[in-house]
Amino acid sequence: MTKQRSSLRRRGFTLFQCAMGFLLFLFVMVPFLWLLVSSLSERRDLISLPLRFPPGHLSFARYAAVFAPGGEEIARAFKYALFNSLIVASLVTAVGLVVGALASYSFARLRFAFKEKLLYALLFTYMIPPIVIVLPLYVAISALGLLDRKVTLVFLYLSMTIPFVVWVMRSYFGSISKSFEEAALIDGCTRLQTLRYVYVPMARPGLIATGILAFLLSWDEFFFSLIFTSSLAAKTIPVAIAEFTGKNSVDYGMITTGGVIASIPPLLIAIFFQKYIVMGMTGGGNKE
Amino acid sequence: MRSEQRESLGRRARGRGGEGDLSEQGFAFLLLTPAALLIFIVILLPLLITFGYTLINMNLLSATKGRFTGLANYASVLGASWFWSSLGRTLYFTFVSLVLETGLGLLFALLLAGSFPGVGVLRSLVILPWAIPTLVSGALWKWILHPDYGALNALLSWLGLIKEYHAWLGQPWLAMNMVILADVWKMAPYSAIFFLAALQFINKALYEAARIDGAGVFRRFRYVTFPHLVPTLLVVVVMRSMDKFKAFDLFYVMTKGGPANGTKVLTYDAYLRGFDNLNYSAAATISYVIAFLVLALTVIYLRLGKQEDVND
Repeated sequence: MTKQRSSLRRRGFTLFQCAMGFLLFLFVMVPFLWLLVSSLSERRDLISLPLRFPPGHLSFARYAAVFAPGGEEIARAFKYALFNSLIVASLVTAVGLVVGALASYSFARLRFAFKEKLLYALLFTYMIPPIVIVLPLYVAISALGLLDRKVTLVFLYLSMTIPFVVWVMRSYFGSISKSFEEAALIDGCTRLQTLRYVYVPMARPGLIATGILAFLLSWDEFFFSLIFTSSLAAKTIPVAIAEFTGKNSVDYGMITTGGVIASIPPLLIAIFFQKYIVMGMTGGGNKE
Repeated sequence: MRSEQRESLGRRARGRGGEGDLSEQGFAFLLLTPAALLIFIVILLPLLITFGYTLINMNLLSATKGRFTGLANYASVLGASWFWSSLGRTLYFTFVSLVLETGLGLLFALLLAGSFPGVGVLRSLVILPWAIPTLVSGALWKWILHPDYGALNALLSWLGLIKEYHAWLGQPWLAMNMVILADVWKMAPYSAIFFLAALQFINKALYEAARIDGAGVFRRFRYVTFPHLVPTLLVVVVMRSMDKFKAFDLFYVMTKGGPANGTKVLTYDAYLRGFDNLNYSAAATISYVIAFLVLALTVIYLRLGKQEDVND
């Protein structure tokens, strides 16, 4: 009888879990689905009172407008901004990984003066809010004539990603047994070759994880892009969206279309590389 | 002793390599140079110059621009009521969103650590709000909260919960809470991922033992689960509170600091004073106050970190 009761209670608990799970599903997905539905709805459905749901007709016309050549102002802005975002985020990821991996190797494996102090200084720079450094940067960058350039954003974002890459990669490199390195050295590898042929392949999961997070960080960045870009030559997608959100007659159909497009790369990454993201976020090379 | 032996082996081996004549320290500094140079130019130097701005009159529209003023900027900022209002709003935003985020994140994680039909799918879905760019989620919530065509008004009145449409972003305190809602939607899943990772490291045998000792669900949580989550909880709280002091994107896209300054947090205030009023001194001084608050949190964070990885 007790067995029966406990199995009944367990079933009740599972039911409770399912109900809570459904609530969580709604919390997570409903706003997101609304973004998608709005981008596919016709303008008259979006501004009908009371709200017309489900919308009368769904179409991909706005997406076609963004990716078609030419197009009106907002569609063109999204297209160029998307391109700028891709270039900037890819460059930051690639350069950030190389420069960051070099530095983190020396923090993980080499002995040198002020090592601990330098490491903490690095962590400290990661914590500094962008607002604190933006004024002198603005003065200097405009004096150098580097406003509204993609390369400026790349350098600024690198300064944010490198400390992070170093901090996480240091623990990955540190978790690799020294005997591999010694074997390579005995075989006549130089230190750089050891790094290239021993550490990099062995720390591949860590590099993928930090690379993904570096990409997402650059993709998400808004503040510097807002301050330092002004035209389609360098403006990234968050800035393009913000600009059209602030206009008087806001076309939310187009805004949500831009929102979906801007979300696609990070969403794909989040879905396919979830394991790596969690690894990189919790920063544990040693927990692998 | 063994490691010394290894070192000498390694050194001898290196003799054959290309950088054999370079000392270990020299090589280390060589590898560090690109990163260090970049960080010095982009972060540390501007940090010092901003400090300089707080000590001189850098109001670009002022006649006495460039004159040394000592600590007068600090005195005027700290003596102004708008500063304390902005600080108060920053702390309100930080505290409320942090409590909701960690609380919900913990609940999500406990749910997702269980096994029931669909939990696997849910685990992969929960990360999605976090992956969406902050600015997109801000724009999305602004649209959902739209006073006329917003989905929230439509939903709530359809459910019969409200009689007339509300301007969710139209009143100061309400608007602040709506920004918090947008932030929590995006970041509670982030905390959940941290907690979920920590939960997976709890020894299952502890639960069995507790169960045999007759501990119920709540006692098991109180005495087994929760103590194991405390280190993660502290890290999440400190890390996230640092991010909250920097929060800018959501305020920019959802409210622009309004209405009636109701959502003007310190970072946004500094941005307006710097880039709208061209008063670099005030902006620099506010941002230094933010930096000090963040620094205090960093110190706490390092203390926690040291407690955690003793082996390093």
